[in-house]
Amino acid sequence: MLETLIWLIGYYLAGEFLARSLALPLPGSVLGMLLLFLTLCVRRGVPLTLREHVPPLMQHLSLLFIPSGVGAVLLSARLAEHAAALAVVLTVSTLATLLASAWLLRRLLAGHPLLADAPADEEGA
Amino acid sequence: MNLYEGWQYLKSAPLFGLLLTLLAYRIALAVNRRAGGKPLLHSVFVGVLLVVVFLLAAGVDYRTYMQGASVVYWLLSPATVAMAVPLYLNLARLKRAFAPLTATLLVGAVVGVVSAAGLGQLFGLPRELVLSLAPRSVTTPFAIGLAEQSGGVPEFATAFVLISGVFGAIVVKPLFDRLGLAHDWLLGFSTGLAAHGVGTARAFQLSERAGAIAGLAMGLNGVATAALLPVLLHWMGV
Repeated sequence: MLETLIWLIGYYLAGEFLARSLALPLPGSVLGMLLLFLTLCVRRGVPLTLREHVPPLMQHLSLLFIPSGVGAVLLSARLAEHAAALAVVLTVSTLATLLASAWLLRRLLAGHPLLADAPADEEGA
Repeated sequence: MNLYEGWQYLKSAPLFGLLLTLLAYRIALAVNRRAGGKPLLHSVFVGVLLVVVFLLAAGVDYRTYMQGASVVYWLLSPATVAMAVPLYLNLARLKRAFAPLTATLLVGAVVGVVSAAGLGQLFGLPRELVLSLAPRSVTTPFAIGLAEQSGGVPEFATAFVLISGVFGAIVVKPLFDRLGLAHDWLLGFSTGLAAHGVGTARAFQLSERAGAIAGLAMGLNGVATAALLPVLLHWMGV
């Protein structure tokens, strides 16, 4: 667990350092993730500590959203006058993204074995 | 003995916000489990509700609460980094149809940003709200980072992401059944692109394979959207 924290915080700060030194328009956390991803690709494997401790951490990811969720509710007076517009934007945008990607993928995968649905070969992946 | 004095200290103690968040989350998990994992009773919503009710009842303001809760908030960044691990482990699936999946990923990421920010502009919403809407279709830790960076409000970005996720999780199954799109790859991949974590949890309920595919799409979409967002926002003149 200790080593996992060192890995994750270390890569996060490395990402933050790189983003700021190179003035990249990317959050440091995303850059840190890419750096870790590249490291895993180069090593051709996941270090034991990350393999063991990351999945249980990810299981409780939603804990981390509570403070900013609380903030959203307490600051929601600023949203009230736009509530109807926001509801339309969120509904339409979610539906548009769902349907556009599903239809496109179905077209692009036409005739591809992935869509032929042969459950037997699936979990070899 | 002065209980009032003790209570006054307690509710402004730095670690109090942390304990409150952990407790609320723990109760929310139990509620969600008892309700059979319903998206509307997602642990974030229940947890947020419990904390808000408590803060209002006890008369504690957001800033005091955040003294302790910011410990939890800071962990979002290392959690984003941690997503490299499932993404790496899931990558074999992407290689099975690399070109179609990558093309869909890019189109999905663009549609996600442009539909949210574009409609926001169309309705004449304030700039900070448009920027908080733009990362609506990526998973919350990414969206918070992206909103912070672009000038949106991280708290609102969190709310928009979670509402989208719950809406997507509720509609995807009936919608895809009706439109003849109910295949693990179509449903999983587009749910991951449009409805991130909450949608992925829903996809896992439908099938293990759809869930894993949704998780892959969600991780890829975080990276794709992060890379495309500055370009798209610039192009849209936000």
